[in-house]
Amino acid sequence: MKLNRNLSQRLGFGLISLMATLTVIPIIVVVIYIITQGGGAISLQFLSGFPHDGMRQGGIMPAIVGTFYLTLGTAIFSVPLGVAAAIYLAEYAADNWLTRTIRIAIINLSGIPSVVYGLFGLGLFVLFLKFGTSILSASLTLSIMTLPVIISTSEEALRAVPQAFRTVSISLGATRWQTIRRIVLPEALPGIITGVILGLERAAGETAPILFTGAAFFLPRLPNSVFDATMALPYHLFVISTQVPEMPFQIQYGTALVLIAFVLGMNLIATVVRSRARARRQW
Amino acid sequence: MNKIEIENLTLQYSDGNESLRNVSMGIRENAITVLFGPAGGGKSSLLRCLNRLNDMADVQTAVGRIMLDGENILDPKTDVIALRRKVGMVFARPVVLPLSIRGNLTYGLEVMGESRRSKLDDAVERSLKQAALWDEVKDRLDDQAIALSGGQQQRLCVARSLALEPEVILLDEPTSGLDPISTAKVEASLQELKKDYTIILVPHSVQQAARAADFAAFFLQGELVEYAEGKSIFTTPVNKRTEDYVTGRFG
Ligand SMILES: Nc1ncnc2c1ncn2[C@@H]1O[C@H](COP(=O)(O)OP(=O)(O)OP(=O)(O)O)[C@@H](O)[C@H]1O
Ligand SMILES: [Mg+2]
Repeated sequence: MKLNRNLSQRLGFGLISLMATLTVIPIIVVVIYIITQGGGAISLQFLSGFPHDGMRQGGIMPAIVGTFYLTLGTAIFSVPLGVAAAIYLAEYAADNWLTRTIRIAIINLSGIPSVVYGLFGLGLFVLFLKFGTSILSASLTLSIMTLPVIISTSEEALRAVPQAFRTVSISLGATRWQTIRRIVLPEALPGIITGVILGLERAAGETAPILFTGAAFFLPRLPNSVFDATMALPYHLFVISTQVPEMPFQIQYGTALVLIAFVLGMNLIATVVRSRARARRQW
Repeated sequence: MNKIEIENLTLQYSDGNESLRNVSMGIRENAITVLFGPAGGGKSSLLRCLNRLNDMADVQTAVGRIMLDGENILDPKTDVIALRRKVGMVFARPVVLPLSIRGNLTYGLEVMGESRRSKLDDAVERSLKQAALWDEVKDRLDDQAIALSGGQQQRLCVARSLALEPEVILLDEPTSGLDPISTAKVEASLQELKKDYTIILVPHSVQQAARAADFAAFFLQGELVEYAEGKSIFTTPVNKRTEDYVTGRFG
């Protein structure tokens, strides 16, 4: 009987580890494939030069810089707004129909296909507000797409902070805002940062929302204001994979590799922040 | 002298049940007043009224008056922040804030705007000595408070409310999670503290109530059944229900 139980436990664990391994394999295969195909394209000149000869030669620097600008722009709009909304929902909002409606709306917003955000951004920012096809319009569009992720992960992180901390802080004569700023926010910060980076990561990799709002096919120089359009990695990849005949595939895979490195790099930062904070926190 | 006068206090949570029913009692300065009785009697509810922590709970009505130094603290115009500095609270489970030992002790002062290092250091040393914890932690004030033992954490919580130099200290079953030795230390420091403070204690057992009480109030389902000197209520209770409880016949 005992042997049997041990056996079934071993079998169970074995199966679970097998599944876990299986899910990792495709990721590894994709990454390895892209590295072997595109690794050869990576050079200083590729990373720092402009494309030329109809993008069949040269580098992808303006696309890298553009994606950096767009991610930064998205962060500037979506992080303060998203975190503030999360604080309101987690700490201040009464539990009534309005709050519940807001929460449901946020959940549903994160399910909307990104191309719909793109059209929305075109209508609101590019045309109605007359920001034109620009970094500003694209960043705002990406922000709206990113906000639900940031709000829901941040709210969850705030709610995970034990209620007892708030009670104690209040009983020591702190105001609610002091309690949030000094106790709750620092405790929730790792979770908030994780959510923020997950959201920005998605923004960095999206093509559809910037397609009509700020992405340029090719620009001979870097944008010099937020009202300029910009090249961006995901859109550039789309362009050179589908719009340019006789494109050397090395450049395509090289671009994909840089994009993946950009996104995985952000992911790595999130992981480091989280594990550092977890080691420090002990409750 | 009575520090606090509770007058006809009735408290109702939003579920409609009266957790306190027409309670009136005076609470003596520089003494330990014990609130005891079976679970759900309203002891914690009464404590939370005394520093308006019930503002955070789902209270439907609170009628009556609680006079602290002649001012009704249930008045909506009361400055609750100032009140909570004057009336400190220690909870059943020691909840240390996710800060250093020093950080826990200076928190209350810092949120009221005190930033002078000397003032803060003085408060840390004084409060730790009062709570009989100084010798154990004086060399590691900057360690995370969570690293302390349960008993030390609870004394830190006592010290933390003392750091604010309150006038009244509320303790809700402060020793419920502690071993007998830590319990004895906390009880001993309360006997010291009562010389300077007004102490209201919800004990975790009748034995502790009898040991600590200068005055004791027996609460049963929201009702103040009997209120007398500690010496008499545990030996010669007047009310039959009090007698049943203190002699262990129920509860
Ligand atoms: N926040 C609250 N919301 C609603 N009802 C509450 C709340 N707190 C307490 N009550 C109710 O009030 C009554 C008194 O509770 P209270 O916690 O004051 O009793 P107690 O004497 O401290 O009991 P115990 O010995 O178990 O700690 C109980 O019936 C309880 O269910
Ligand atoms: Mg209680």
